[in-house]
Amino acid sequence: MKGTPLKNFFSSKSLGFAAVLTAAALAMTGCGGADTAGGGDSAGGGAGDAPAFEVAKDVALTGSPTFDKIKADGTIRIGVKPDQPGLGFLDAATGKYSGFDIEIATWMAASLGVAADKIEFKSIPSATRETALAKGDVDLYVGTYSITDKRKKLVDFAGPYFITGQGLLVAKKNEDIKSEKDLAGKKVCSATGSTPIQNIRENFPEATPVEFDLYSKCVEALKNGDVDAVTTDQAILLGFASQEPELLKVVGEPFTTENYGVGLPLGDTALRTHLNTTLTDGNATWTKIFDSTLGKSGTKVEQPKVDQY
Amino acid sequence: MNVLIDNSDLFLTGFKNTGILFVISAFFALILGTIVAGMRVSPAPAMRAAGTLYVNAVRNTPLTLILAFFALGYPKLGLPSIDFMTAAIVGLSLYTATYVCEAIRSGINTVSVGQSEAARAIGLPFMQTLTLIVLPQAFRSVVPPLFSVFIALLKNTTVAAGFSVFESGAIRAYLSERGEPLLPGLLWVALIFVVMVLGVLTPLQSYLEKKWRVAR
Repeated sequence: MKGTPLKNFFSSKSLGFAAVLTAAALAMTGCGGADTAGGGDSAGGGAGDAPAFEVAKDVALTGSPTFDKIKADGTIRIGVKPDQPGLGFLDAATGKYSGFDIEIATWMAASLGVAADKIEFKSIPSATRETALAKGDVDLYVGTYSITDKRKKLVDFAGPYFITGQGLLVAKKNEDIKSEKDLAGKKVCSATGSTPIQNIRENFPEATPVEFDLYSKCVEALKNGDVDAVTTDQAILLGFASQEPELLKVVGEPFTTENYGVGLPLGDTALRTHLNTTLTDGNATWTKIFDSTLGKSGTKVEQPKVDQY
Repeated sequence: MNVLIDNSDLFLTGFKNTGILFVISAFFALILGTIVAGMRVSPAPAMRAAGTLYVNAVRNTPLTLILAFFALGYPKLGLPSIDFMTAAIVGLSLYTATYVCEAIRSGINTVSVGQSEAARAIGLPFMQTLTLIVLPQAFRSVVPPLFSVFIALLKNTTVAAGFSVFESGAIRAYLSERGEPLLPGLLWVALIFVVMVLGVLTPLQSYLEKKWRVAR
């Protein structure tokens, strides 16, 4: 008497539970085989108007420990920047990343046979990029990462996938600063220790350097009138300017050259060659990515030539 | 070793500024802290209230917030503009003074009531009782906690790196932009801090403790 309803309850519950388990098991086996079989057609699910990337099938990459790890895990971990609108930006409300670098990262993952929903983006600040790649915290790093000879000793780079240079962001109503030649006596802000602020210190001694830990704080100070200009890679500045075009503008031409590359663990030549090939062969994809992100500001840019060093 | 030698300019400038921040802030914090401690034990209720309010308000505010105010909020007040270094010194001094005050006040509490009663009995007013009788005795008993406060101040100076002061806390960011490996750089910064504490502050503390030892 007592047992009947209880038994019914139990059996119906366990039935449902079993169904869930079966589904989960199916999904998991599906995932396990996904790196060779299809099933990755859901790529670009949350990518908005950005191009959906065709996930490569039957990727065979011998001699790449990073790729072996990605294949074994079924996921790829990519280090990105969370605070650079237009390039790598984390929307705190939705938890979604967007921007040019994010699309490049998604494209690179797709070329390795990893669908967009199997990418784990990690916010890694500039200072710990090399450590994160060396320790294996991330498999790739795509976040305004300039290729330099010194960094090449610590990590490998695929690309460059974008070329920019140090530029200047000023208030919309500012008429004094038209290029880097007008910086004497001005307060110029950039992130603490960043290459642009070191350049200002060394080559523009008449300007007053101001350093905050984040670019966004510099932009805030610029809007308040506490500093006269914000300097960093022009691509980053264009991102800020496109957010508030009624308050901010980018002036002058880039006065340095920065080559953005995809960072990967040192010595993984097979993976680097693969990514370089993807970049070289995928010119149309690159253009689509650019047009859907940074290109919205109206600028037209050609894809830079890949440097297979 | 290479990281240190190749970037000696960074380390030299960084630690020079850390030293400046520390020495000047410690000086002002000691003076201000002593004054506030005197206020907190004074017979005038208004003085006591002002001292208590200051200590509780500033001591319970995160240092980052105080420095942020002086670096970002102060310029909007329309007062004479100060550079970021001065702003950091003002913020660090005001913050550390509250801890100095409480350390000294605990020392004042160790001085027996008979001492100030005797001072009053021979006709000394409050100021003289405090400066001639109570504080000299109080200082000798607060050397260890006072040095804890100063060691904390030395480490706290690194917070100023977030507010446009190039000191030891900013070295890491510079190193990583120069493409130097992160860990050796951080280890050198940590090592120099250990040297400053163990090589300078701790010997000074034991010297003062010995010099001011009270036979009990």
